[in-house]
Amino acid sequence: MEGLVSSMEHILDVKDLTMDFGGLRAVDSVDLYVDKKEIVALIGPNGAGKTTFFNCITGIYNPSKGDIKAITHSGAAARLNGLKPNRVTERGLARTFQNIRLFQNMTVLENVMIGKHCRMKAKVLGALLRDRRTRAEELKAANESYEILEKIGLAKFSDEIASNLPYGAQRKLEIARAMATEPSLLLLDEPAAGMNPQETRELTDLIRQIRDNEDISILLIEHDMKLVMNLSERIYVMDHGQKIAEGTPVDIRNNPEVIKAYLGEDIDA
Amino acid sequence: MEYMIKSLKVAVWFMFLTFPIVVIKVNTIENIVIWRWHNMFYMGVGIFFVSMLWRYFLERKDRVGKKSAAERINITQTIMENPKILRTLIISVLTILCIFPFVTDSYQINIMTVALMYIVLGLGLNIVVGLAGLLDLGFVAFYAVGAYTYALLNYHFGLSFWVVLPIGALMATIFGILLGFPVLRLRGDYLAIVTLGFGEIIRLVLENWNEFSMGPSGIANIDRPTIYGFDMTLTQATIFIYFLMVVFTVFTVFFVNRLQNSRIGRAWLALREDEIACQAMGVGRTRTKLMAFALGATWAGLMGVVFAAKTTFINPASFTFLESAIILSVVVLGGMGSIPGVIIGALIMILLPEYLRAFSEYRMLVFGGAMVVMMVFRPQGLISNYRRKYSFHSADGRFGK
Amino acid sequence: MEYFLELFLSGLTRGSIYALIALGYTMVYGIIQLINFAHGEIYMIGAFTALIAASVLTIMGWPTIAIFIVATIAAVVYSSAYGFTIEKIAYKPLRNAPRLSPLISAIGMSLFLQNYVLLAQTSDFLPFPQLIPDFEFMEPISHIFSTAELAIVLTTVIVMLLLTYFIKFTNMGKAMRATAQDKKMALLIGINVDMVISVTFIIGSALAALGGVLIANHIGQLNFYIGFIAGIKAFTAAVLGGIGSIPGAVLGALILGWTESFATGYISSDYEDVFAFALLVLILIFRPAGLLGRSETKKV
Repeated sequence: MEGLVSSMEHILDVKDLTMDFGGLRAVDSVDLYVDKKEIVALIGPNGAGKTTFFNCITGIYNPSKGDIKAITHSGAAARLNGLKPNRVTERGLARTFQNIRLFQNMTVLENVMIGKHCRMKAKVLGALLRDRRTRAEELKAANESYEILEKIGLAKFSDEIASNLPYGAQRKLEIARAMATEPSLLLLDEPAAGMNPQETRELTDLIRQIRDNEDISILLIEHDMKLVMNLSERIYVMDHGQKIAEGTPVDIRNNPEVIKAYLGEDIDA
Repeated sequence: MEYMIKSLKVAVWFMFLTFPIVVIKVNTIENIVIWRWHNMFYMGVGIFFVSMLWRYFLERKDRVGKKSAAERINITQTIMENPKILRTLIISVLTILCIFPFVTDSYQINIMTVALMYIVLGLGLNIVVGLAGLLDLGFVAFYAVGAYTYALLNYHFGLSFWVVLPIGALMATIFGILLGFPVLRLRGDYLAIVTLGFGEIIRLVLENWNEFSMGPSGIANIDRPTIYGFDMTLTQATIFIYFLMVVFTVFTVFFVNRLQNSRIGRAWLALREDEIACQAMGVGRTRTKLMAFALGATWAGLMGVVFAAKTTFINPASFTFLESAIILSVVVLGGMGSIPGVIIGALIMILLPEYLRAFSEYRMLVFGGAMVVMMVFRPQGLISNYRRKYSFHSADGRFGK
Repeated sequence: MEYFLELFLSGLTRGSIYALIALGYTMVYGIIQLINFAHGEIYMIGAFTALIAASVLTIMGWPTIAIFIVATIAAVVYSSAYGFTIEKIAYKPLRNAPRLSPLISAIGMSLFLQNYVLLAQTSDFLPFPQLIPDFEFMEPISHIFSTAELAIVLTTVIVMLLLTYFIKFTNMGKAMRATAQDKKMALLIGINVDMVISVTFIIGSALAALGGVLIANHIGQLNFYIGFIAGIKAFTAAVLGGIGSIPGAVLGALILGWTESFATGYISSDYEDVFAFALLVLILIFRPAGLLGRSETKKV
């Protein structure tokens, strides 16, 4: 299947990714790719190694083996192995966290503006003199951040301290913050966790909109099968660190391996 | 009632606890024991009431929690966000500062100069501890670097204050970067210890390397700052340094204020809140931390030069850990990350012991205790930091400012 | 050769004292991940309490051995009480606060205790009576290894063995290890975490007090400030060995003791403290997990 498409078309192309912690192999030679404007889901039971996989791609862990390639922010292809998280983000991969990790005591707008950090240039001297370029850059960052908040539907909270937001809004703010880094690929780690059905429906629409309007590809980890089946074009399934299946939602739904891995968990939940 | 019984128990416990240290005093030379039973009584009564208060505040903190904290922030915020009040406040403070040396004597001016120095030092450390969340316990080392740079260059080559001021700052910056680069990837508490160790190393080297620093006896007869070679009387020099410090303070406040609302200031705050998330959002950890650390060091270096010029004599005893601790408590008591907080903190720390002589003996006892109490009841300090809101015109959904 | 042996033994003595103090750091850190800055002050208070008790009893005319025993017990009891109380006041309310808060609180507590002793007693150095008599069988080697030094080393070895037994085999020891691994889980399986933490502070403080009495007896004087330097050095030892690890603390303490002893003996005695601090800075830069410590993987 991969032979049909030139590998350079993939916005993210992961080959043979392996992560060992001491004697424990958390991710075991996983191949995965995401194409431009594609929504791909990574599913699997708890402890399957999905978040570790994310951490390897985003530079939080340095993978023991394997290759991570991506089309970067500037449009060129680059290898991401061993880069620091901020370098990965600069190259156009942004992520959210499963356990919400907002900057709790900063305002909502500031949270988003942090995402703009790597697209800004102001140095200490600029901050001191506050020259025209610095001011223009600040203004641009604030405006763009606010626009993102509007798109996500959080504009009314922009001056609120992040920790005062309702839970669902905090999850959305994570997405807004990641979008501010101007990514070409957005990695969402359980974006619907803890949301009620209504919120989940809204989130599904939101993710689809981001893909359609912003030209961003999406790779998401999620346990909510309804969201996964509704949203994703392709699905990867992991269990015990290994990739056990990949394919369209229909393929996955009928794959006996997957059903076995999920035994006891209701796949249609 | 339950309160009372519990507090009574606590009081008895503390009477037991403090018994050997507070009640008994031995004179090991003449072999006499002095029993100070009255102290036990005071301790018991004192602890009883303190314990009641402690319990009351602890419960209140649990009960009210976040809500009241948010409300209290608003008071500072109203002042800070209302340009009229803020401007009036700044102008009146500046006026008082300008009149001050002409209505008081040089003793008072000296005290005020010291207080201003601690404000600037506090604001410098505030960049490191308050904004970037890096606990630096060796801040005084950079202060020493600045002071010794001036003292030595002045002693050996006769370089003047104005020439050395940037050199001293630069030296401190270089030291800050050299130390910061390897240690800033350490976790917060390790960083605290490494900086503490570094501070002590600098002091011990200064104390023992006689050929270089003249050891514990220090360097005397350092030149005071001059303007165009005018000779100044002692009083004039005192007033001159005072105004120099006023200018420094104003500049520092201005700078730190701009800094904390800039791209870099935001990155510091975010890094303090959540390092991993911050990196994942594209902020370079080491570089951002290093910038805070080096800037803090620069400020300490600047003040070191001023300190050497002001006192005209320095020795290693001025740069002990205690000094770092005092500057740290200025920041902690005032409010980490808050400029008005640090100013108030420095004024309390420096002026209170000066004007309440009886209090000065208990200074470090009270400040040590206050650091604990602050952390338990009001970690945000006397005047907490608030976050800037962006003025925005709803009509077109754009920001002004 | 004899000079070498002398330095070796003096390093062993130093190392033993550092070990006694370092254990308190490492145990507390293992359980609540806090550098208990006030730990050095606990050690100082232990030494002071012993001095006061010894002086009072000397005036009352007690025999030396009885004085030594009572003074040591007083030091251990009081230091433990202080350790217990400090935890309740300065650390317990901050258990869920950001990591910087308890650290600052600890520094405040350390300053407070130093000045408390300074004000209630004196800032002068006080002579500490010699409580351990010189044994005759030590006579031939007493010029390089005194009875007091022997007592220090022996005490440390005994304490080590007892502590290892306690941690490995008693229920409380098991509860401690469980709490150190996962506080929430320990709470869920019915371990009284508050009590475990208190016991940790008490044991750590008691060991520091022992160290305080022995070193004061060995050096012969003390003041309110001895806790600061001793505290940092013991902390260095704990970090060197790998903070949180009990054998690590002992190993680190011995290495530090020998480093100091040989460095001052062969290089220069002016820089005695610099060696310790330099060692501290170097370890933290190059091997922050210490010799026996595990490097932790951050969880995301």
